[in-house]
Amino acid sequence: MNTMNSAIDQDVPVKDEPETRGGATFNDAELEGRTVGKPFADDPKFTLRDVEVFYGDARAIKGISLDIAKNEVIAFIGPSGCGKSTFLRCLNRMNDSIDICRVKGQLQLDGEDIYDAKRDVVELRARVGMVFQKPNPFPKSIYDNVAYGPRIHGLANRKSDLDDIVERSLRGAGLWNEVKDRLDSPGTGLSGGQQQRLCIARAIAVSPEVVLMDEPCSALDPIATARIEELIAELSQSYTIIIVTHSMQQAARVSDRTAYFHLGHLVEVNETNKVFTAPQHELTESYITGRFG
Amino acid sequence: MQPGNLFPLVVVLIGIAFALGYARSRALATPLGGIRHLKSLPFYYAARASLWCGLPALIIFALWLGFEDKVIQTLVIGSLPADIQPDSPGRASLILSQISNVASGALSPEFVPEPIAGAADRLTALRAESKLMMTILVICVAILGAFVAWLRIAPHINARAKVESTLRKIFFMCAGLAILTTVGIIFSVIFETIHFFHKVSFLEFFFGTSWSPQTAIRADQVGSSGSFGMIPLFVGTLLISGIAMVVAVPVGLMSAIYLSEYASKRMRSIVKPLLELLAGVPTVVYGFFAALTVAPFIADAAGWLGLDASTESALAAGLVMGIMIIPFVSSLSDDVINAVPQTMRDGSLALGATQAETMTKVIFPAALPGIMGGILLAVSRAIGETMIVVMAAGLAANLTINPLEAVTTVTVQIVTLLTGDQEFDSAKTLSAFALGMMLFIVTLALNVIALHVVRKYREQYE
Repeated sequence: MNTMNSAIDQDVPVKDEPETRGGATFNDAELEGRTVGKPFADDPKFTLRDVEVFYGDARAIKGISLDIAKNEVIAFIGPSGCGKSTFLRCLNRMNDSIDICRVKGQLQLDGEDIYDAKRDVVELRARVGMVFQKPNPFPKSIYDNVAYGPRIHGLANRKSDLDDIVERSLRGAGLWNEVKDRLDSPGTGLSGGQQQRLCIARAIAVSPEVVLMDEPCSALDPIATARIEELIAELSQSYTIIIVTHSMQQAARVSDRTAYFHLGHLVEVNETNKVFTAPQHELTESYITGRFG
Repeated sequence: MQPGNLFPLVVVLIGIAFALGYARSRALATPLGGIRHLKSLPFYYAARASLWCGLPALIIFALWLGFEDKVIQTLVIGSLPADIQPDSPGRASLILSQISNVASGALSPEFVPEPIAGAADRLTALRAESKLMMTILVICVAILGAFVAWLRIAPHINARAKVESTLRKIFFMCAGLAILTTVGIIFSVIFETIHFFHKVSFLEFFFGTSWSPQTAIRADQVGSSGSFGMIPLFVGTLLISGIAMVVAVPVGLMSAIYLSEYASKRMRSIVKPLLELLAGVPTVVYGFFAALTVAPFIADAAGWLGLDASTESALAAGLVMGIMIIPFVSSLSDDVINAVPQTMRDGSLALGATQAETMTKVIFPAALPGIMGGILLAVSRAIGETMIVVMAAGLAANLTINPLEAVTTVTVQIVTLLTGDQEFDSAKTLSAFALGMMLFIVTLALNVIALHVVRKYREQYE
């Protein structure tokens, strides 16, 4: 792994401009591969080693190693442009659709390589669901929105099976009682918070093992946000949840572990209360005390 | 002064008015402490001066040119002695052309009666007089306008608002001109159509199955009375348009899907302009491509298969027309498919859908109204297309749906009806207007539906 890294370092000109904001200055060499805290887990769902992501020649993710445990909720925090969303999108290969994006390093789901050439992306994404920043229900009925995934993957043989899946998913997303009488009305007609819960219902309808959430509450009002946060707590019983958030309070409320990203580096990972009460790294401390970001 | 010289002179005057207005507004501003004490920028005062100078002068200029001939003619005819006063409009125009021929020197005065020669002299004199008066009037109005505007430049006047409102009126008139022209065309067609239905019955036109517009050229001629059933023409039009759409819709749609979903940026930037190049080929070129290459090929191929095909066939015209319409369908569909938000694609892909599933189950249904709008526009283009059909499908008004036979379309018949030697009020000529009216109504309906559908689609995402 190290040999690969050094090869990349020679190929790609990396500007070692020191980071000056917040008083502390660190260059890439001081941060790369020096994650503090507890990045590794005993029973990992994801095993990620020396992950690097390039957009063209620009290195967006600079050698991150991290384990994500089964059924944990892990929050990715950090200033804008630090690569947390990019890193998240590697986990279900949503970066594939970006032509200039390349991913290097070792990324495994249950010990199987995610970026293996023989890997079936369809199967991967069925296991690793995703909820986006902006609610994006399809312009279809509420029922068809939830039934979309199960239909694609042939999860239901009969109409009644599909009905069951739809009801279960909507209940799981805490939306059933609000929409059970109007399953045929368009999903785009719901309120923002309801739309986001519909998207969560849609994601869990295919029974994924992991749910990735990319700032799921950033387009929602505080009440809808609180509702989603409750939902995340419920979902964590059965799913591994990885959530990117700009809100440190949200990270503190919903997650078991918190990972702090900084300019493409993973600076610190630890149990959430430790990160917020006793950060080990100077940059983490600056960020959570509001000195920058 | 010749109008050709007068117009540049007015333009020069407008320029001078602009410069004077600019200079005066600055001069007025200086004692006040700079142009910021003016209500508007000097440019607007200058623009207002040039509008005052140019607009009235040019309007008078245009009106004069428009009515000059008519007035002079009336004066000349009115001055003729009573015994040769024309008794009919036809006779009047004959006399007038005689007079103007003499005046221009094409006809020697010796060959015409004396009063005509005298009238010719009067015509020449009146024309010269008119030109002089026009020149004086236009220049005076321009200078007067500029002078008034120059006097009215004052720091407290908001010239900007006035210029803006004048410009708005000018723009409105330009838009109104286009609409008025359309309305004028519609009315002229409507009147001729009504005229046509006095000669040929409604029932025959709409339900007749035979089209052979051969009317007698002379009143005493023994000849066919003609039959004016439009059904063969509309069937021919629909057949050819149908074939064209069968080619254009799948090919256009799939190339749109390829361009928007599968092609790389680079590929797209090369292929899309190339496809749109098809729309830039003149239809005449498509026409001879159809007539000289495709039609014989189809006839040969059909003969080889043991089918009987005419050398001019609906199939040849339809196929080539379809190729012509491909860029319409592909370009419009590509735009609407691209307008479907990326978040829809992401949402579907993240659920484990393949690109094809995403396309067929999410993107396509979402874009369908827009695609339908594009297809309807393409249909109205196909229905109105003439040149390819003239060259490749023939003129025979066969009532058939066999694509290997020669058929004809509404537009082709209009062309042939109006290019023959016929009295203008014969049923044959007038039937062209009735056909044009029908065609207009059909394409208008299609366009209205298309626009409505497209608008409905827009509401969904905005």
